[in-house]
Amino acid sequence: MRFVDEFRDPALAAGLVREIGVLAARLERGREHPVAVMEVCGGHTHAIFRYGLEGLLPDIIEFVHGPGCPVCVLPMGRVDDCVAIAERPEVIFATFGDAMRVPGSRKSLLQAKADGADVRMVYSPLDALELARRNPDRHVVFFGLGFETTMPSTALTVLRAAREAVTNFSLFCNHITIIPTLRALLEQPDFGIDGFIGPGHVSMVIGTAPYRFIAEEFGRPLVVAGFEPIDLLQSLLMVLRQMALGEARIENQYARVVPEAGNPAALAAVAQVYEPRATFEWRGLGSIAGSGVRLREAYAAFDAEKRFSVPDVKVADPDACRCGEVLTGAVKPWACPVFGTGCTPEMPLGALMVSSEGACAAYYQYGGMRGAA
Amino acid sequence: MCLGIPGRIVAITDADKMLAMVDVSGVRRSVDVVCVAEPGEPLEALIGVWVLVHVGFAMSRIDEAEAAATLKVLAEIGELDGEMDAIRTGSVEALPSLPVSQAN
Repeated sequence: MRFVDEFRDPALAAGLVREIGVLAARLERGREHPVAVMEVCGGHTHAIFRYGLEGLLPDIIEFVHGPGCPVCVLPMGRVDDCVAIAERPEVIFATFGDAMRVPGSRKSLLQAKADGADVRMVYSPLDALELARRNPDRHVVFFGLGFETTMPSTALTVLRAAREAVTNFSLFCNHITIIPTLRALLEQPDFGIDGFIGPGHVSMVIGTAPYRFIAEEFGRPLVVAGFEPIDLLQSLLMVLRQMALGEARIENQYARVVPEAGNPAALAAVAQVYEPRATFEWRGLGSIAGSGVRLREAYAAFDAEKRFSVPDVKVADPDACRCGEVLTGAVKPWACPVFGTGCTPEMPLGALMVSSEGACAAYYQYGGMRGAA
Repeated sequence: MCLGIPGRIVAITDADKMLAMVDVSGVRRSVDVVCVAEPGEPLEALIGVWVLVHVGFAMSRIDEAEAAATLKVLAEIGELDGEMDAIRTGSVEALPSLPVSQAN
């Protein structure tokens, strides 16, 4: 067990692995399928691979890598919209670095920049607002991307822009919310997931109450987890304990960072600025009702979609890619015909290969080919 | 972008605008503290407090041990360098010497 030695508390880690083994043996009796636990968050996916957690666990336990990487689920058509906005001469297009390499049907933002569009990588939406202040003759568009973790940052930036009456700043809002997405997954007829490891930093914002339906309506446990390997092992154990007892509850393993009620100031800003869209398209998953947000009418002046007529064309994923099936846990990345050949982190075809938090990039980087032979 | 990075609040830069200077592993930048401010408490009370910073916003108060453990995980999964680079190169506000400001 060479990986356990580098954990914060190797003895505790070894104890957790032992307990998981005992429970797994108990759960294995009479089961035909593996115990499938979905980690929703891409950061967790990355940590599971980096620390080789799957290798420490009994074969019956299977991590399924969920849709919680906002860069990975961004549809090609939205990247095309970004490029179209960025190519306007009056626009400075500001974005998180993560979004630069996501392939569009014509080009990525990185390629648009190389072709002369004014695309700037910024650390924070606050930096985009500062660019607007410093460039009064240009219009700065910030590419708002991410789940509830980054949503408060763009909402608070729009509120700041409104307070200061900045007129040359807008947001191209592509934020998505996790709850409708989990519901859509759970409503799939053959959804074979037994329990969830809940996202840490999304939960820091929304708290734990929004997950209750997962236990109450769908009978699955969910445990909100931290990012250390010990956190992930402990959370997995908590999920398995519930399963062994025939229970389904929402638990919080990451209480040192995640308050049960979330962050009230962040939630208030999000509620003030955003409203749900009827539907939003996800790469690989198709349209999911209520899963996206847009700016409320009161903030229309800061809405890039209202200011510029974005093409908003739906573009199908490349035929060869099986991103959708990987995202829902139906197949492993190595089952995709272009994995590691036509699609690599250097030249990604599908978005799951772009971000280090995407399941395909993680498999590629850490050689996760278990079962490929 | 999605994983927060721990930093320590070292000064309040603009109380009206709810901005503080945060030291993230030796790099300083201006951070919005609306989400960690306690209503009714002066912002100065935040000086010395460790926070989890997401894209320029302090989102959660943490203790020093949690900060150290989080930095260790970020370094081990290879996310720390990228995040520090993003702060260094993408912080328009914190870098007044960028060419863009000289144009004004």
